[in-house]
Amino acid sequence: MATTETPAAPGAQREPNHAWRLFAVWFVLALAADLVIWFVWKPHLPPGDMSSSAQHQQFDIAVLAVTGAPVVVAVLLYFVYAIVVWRAKPGDDSDGEPIYGNTKVQATWIIGTSAIVLWLAVFGTIELVGPAGAGAGEGPSPIWTLAGKQTTSWAPGTNDMLQVQVIGQQWTWTYRYPQFGGMESSSLMLPVGMPVAFHVTSLDVIHSFWAYQLGVKADANPGVDNVAYTTPKATGGFTVRCSELCGIWHGAMFNYGQVLSPTAFQSWASGVQAKEQADGVLAALPAYTLTYDPTVIPQLGKNIPAIDGITGAAGYYYGPGNPVTP
Amino acid sequence: MAIETQPERAEPTGRGPEVIARRPWWLSPGVHTGLIGAVIGYFFGHWLGNFLGGDYARSSLSDANDVAIVLGYLFAVIGWVAGLGVFNDLFGLMLGRPLPEEGRLIGKEDPGLGKYFRYTLDHKVVGIQYLYGMIAYFLTGGLFAMAIRTELLSPSYHLIGPEQYLMVVGEHGTMMMMMMSSVILGPFGQYFGPLLIGSKRVAFPRLEALGFWLTPAAYVILLSAVLFGGFPTGWTGYEPLALQAQSGEDAYFFAFGLMGISMILAGFNMIVTIINYRAPGMRWSRLPMFVWSMFTVSFLQVLAVPVLVGACYMGLVDRTFQTSFFTNQLGGSSFLYEDLFWFFGHPEVYILALPGFGVISEVVSVFCRKPLFGYKIAAAGMLGVGILSFFVWQHHLFDSGINPDMRPLFMLTTELISIPTGFIYLVGMGTFWKARIRFSIPMLFALAFYFNFFIGGISGVFLSDVPADTTEHGSFFVMAHFHYTIMGGLIFAFFSGIYYWLPKMTGIKLNETLGKIHFWTMFIFFNSTFLPLFALGLMGMPRRVFEYARNLETLNDWVSISAFLLGGSILIFLINFVMSMLFWREPEVGNPWRSRSLEWQLSTPPPPENFKRVPVILAGPYDYGVKDALPVADLNPPPGVIGSAYAPAGAGEG
Repeated sequence: MATTETPAAPGAQREPNHAWRLFAVWFVLALAADLVIWFVWKPHLPPGDMSSSAQHQQFDIAVLAVTGAPVVVAVLLYFVYAIVVWRAKPGDDSDGEPIYGNTKVQATWIIGTSAIVLWLAVFGTIELVGPAGAGAGEGPSPIWTLAGKQTTSWAPGTNDMLQVQVIGQQWTWTYRYPQFGGMESSSLMLPVGMPVAFHVTSLDVIHSFWAYQLGVKADANPGVDNVAYTTPKATGGFTVRCSELCGIWHGAMFNYGQVLSPTAFQSWASGVQAKEQADGVLAALPAYTLTYDPTVIPQLGKNIPAIDGITGAAGYYYGPGNPVTP
Repeated sequence: MAIETQPERAEPTGRGPEVIARRPWWLSPGVHTGLIGAVIGYFFGHWLGNFLGGDYARSSLSDANDVAIVLGYLFAVIGWVAGLGVFNDLFGLMLGRPLPEEGRLIGKEDPGLGKYFRYTLDHKVVGIQYLYGMIAYFLTGGLFAMAIRTELLSPSYHLIGPEQYLMVVGEHGTMMMMMMSSVILGPFGQYFGPLLIGSKRVAFPRLEALGFWLTPAAYVILLSAVLFGGFPTGWTGYEPLALQAQSGEDAYFFAFGLMGISMILAGFNMIVTIINYRAPGMRWSRLPMFVWSMFTVSFLQVLAVPVLVGACYMGLVDRTFQTSFFTNQLGGSSFLYEDLFWFFGHPEVYILALPGFGVISEVVSVFCRKPLFGYKIAAAGMLGVGILSFFVWQHHLFDSGINPDMRPLFMLTTELISIPTGFIYLVGMGTFWKARIRFSIPMLFALAFYFNFFIGGISGVFLSDVPADTTEHGSFFVMAHFHYTIMGGLIFAFFSGIYYWLPKMTGIKLNETLGKIHFWTMFIFFNSTFLPLFALGLMGMPRRVFEYARNLETLNDWVSISAFLLGGSILIFLINFVMSMLFWREPEVGNPWRSRSLEWQLSTPPPPENFKRVPVILAGPYDYGVKDALPVADLNPPPGVIGSAYAPAGAGEG
């Protein structure tokens, strides 16, 4: 178990009676709480186990809960005990014993809390560095990266890392796949079991790309390429929401994605690429870059509205005069 | 230890009777002249803005001239404070006139109610002004919260449209975060700070009073955003959304900056007062814990809030004079705003939390009838929280892409804060050990504080861990977390302070039955409102949305109904407050809690100059249960013996 420190009942040395009683009850309750958390609650903890980063987050939340539960039990138990045992009897006007402090108790407390804090920091760092940022946005040049080949094309059954650009704008998400000719889609499709790098950027204000079931969250900043990694572990649908206030339709800025089998993903992506090629969408789209200058985008995308397109932004790349209302 | 003394006379001055005849009320400066000044100022500023910047390009959604609006606010504030007479003494000095008599500084004012509506320099009057102001601001912010919860009764928008929803969210958040930063420092800090350290006055009474009178201006300006359709940025005001927003954003920046100035003024005054105006014998080791908390908070305000004022100013000039501090493609950076805002924003969180620690420490000792356990630990805890709060701001930006390789460091500093915060719990728990606990209403609120703040703190550990935070960041989990620390911590401590200190401030005690009903309803419905929000956040509901997944509707409805009942609980308090103060007026003049603390040794309400003579502090404030404990102070020390007979060696008279 992560924490073995006593609840540091003050004055424990002088009053073995209270202290031992508290300790015994605490031990039983804390153990029970931890067992329930680990064996009953953990499989149901958010965000689930749909991707590698989600699995790590679920594990982290469970470990933190197991660490925290004994502390919660200790403090609440102590207060309840104190309220019941040491309340003033009616008509009792006397004062309590003047205890100004207890060096041993204070030292135990400080050492105990410091040990928990150090454990949390070390654990958190390992869990951040190990799984390549654990699904969080890591800025333009991540130092903790996911294993995978950086290639210009992508094929199933390899270790190619799929590059997906996530473009936030008021108030919609658009996804571009540079390994498929820079084609764009309004729904996020991913292959299962293969590493994915999200390049999150924005065309106007700050958004935050939150693929809830995948355990990925990265702010979409204008002019910044914010990279996040994950590996989907199961096929199925997931939700994408904006989790940074971005204007009046922030609440409606969500859409859905799908994790497919690698071959199904490849046929979907090639199909979209071929259709956009045929429709002229690819030619009209701004060239794929990691960031886009919002003042240039309207000129670049000006041909798109003419195409009865399949683009997520309905052709309106960045026009504050034409906000996309869902 | 010369610092323990103060250069103040033990004898009251004999300056003679007041010589200046008072003008009739409608000619002397007060709220009415302030209002006139504000209106004149606004129209002048608006005209000036149109004159200067009428042809400036406007921010994209603004349909008004932002220059005119900002200058209108600016001159309205100048007119308001000038009308209140803030500058009168200053200009008087410049013109060589003698300053008004000393009596004004130490509360020798007329006994009527008029002094509460003027620029009064007595810290006790300012404290009462703050008390009523803060209750009004808190109720306003609370009403906005009711509107938010009404909208969230249904998973799609049904009552107020998205624009109005964001307006309500922004007004609620900003009102609470900026105005409530003074909710304890204002009423109780200003009122009891000098009383607790044995001083007749504060160091800078004019700054202190100005600090209060800026708050109604900030309040009105913030509310004026409603006239422009509000602001879409919430209380954080992120760029470049703020640049794109309609004119309500000007009100947000201006009001927040103005409130920042008020906080800086209050902080300076408090620091200097606590350092320099302690009575002889009031050593640092005898300082009541509440004063320690005020001291720490004041340092946070003086050091952190200027960053906010700067950020607000830069936001305003970006919107009005077309600078580009925060515009990425013109050489600015939206990261800069996030950094500046949270460099203020995290100390701000502790500006909100620490006063609660102070109030609770006072209350717990009195109602446990025991000395505070580990006095030094408590003081160290407050200072530790205060210092560490400057090193954690990046945890608000874990997913932002700013400096991601520094995240382990900020994870560590964030978790380190739980050590000094834990001290506060150690002190509380140690004081409860074998105590004689009395469950008076202040004590009930203190107990609830420990419970609520604990949940807030434990949930903070989940947020400090970057991988776990990736799911929780920006979700209702965060929202529940900081409502547990601020509403469950600060506001519960505020009510604890009201029930504890109102008899001292006014000589009237609140009805006890209604008080207990208020406590129990507030405690139960607070928890039933905010505990489910943790679950909602973990289940994927982001903050500040009016639409959410349909499967979360039941839980949201539960929360909304609880929130309405919580509002009803605050209403019970309001009824109790109004009825007790206006109609029932049950007197309470003694020392009902049998507190040792210095303020309770005075008559109720405290005399105008606080202490007839500067008291000599003889003992600490928490010596409960000590046989033959000295009284906390000699309130009437014989002249000439200060420093030799009473005070410890070295604490000579100044």
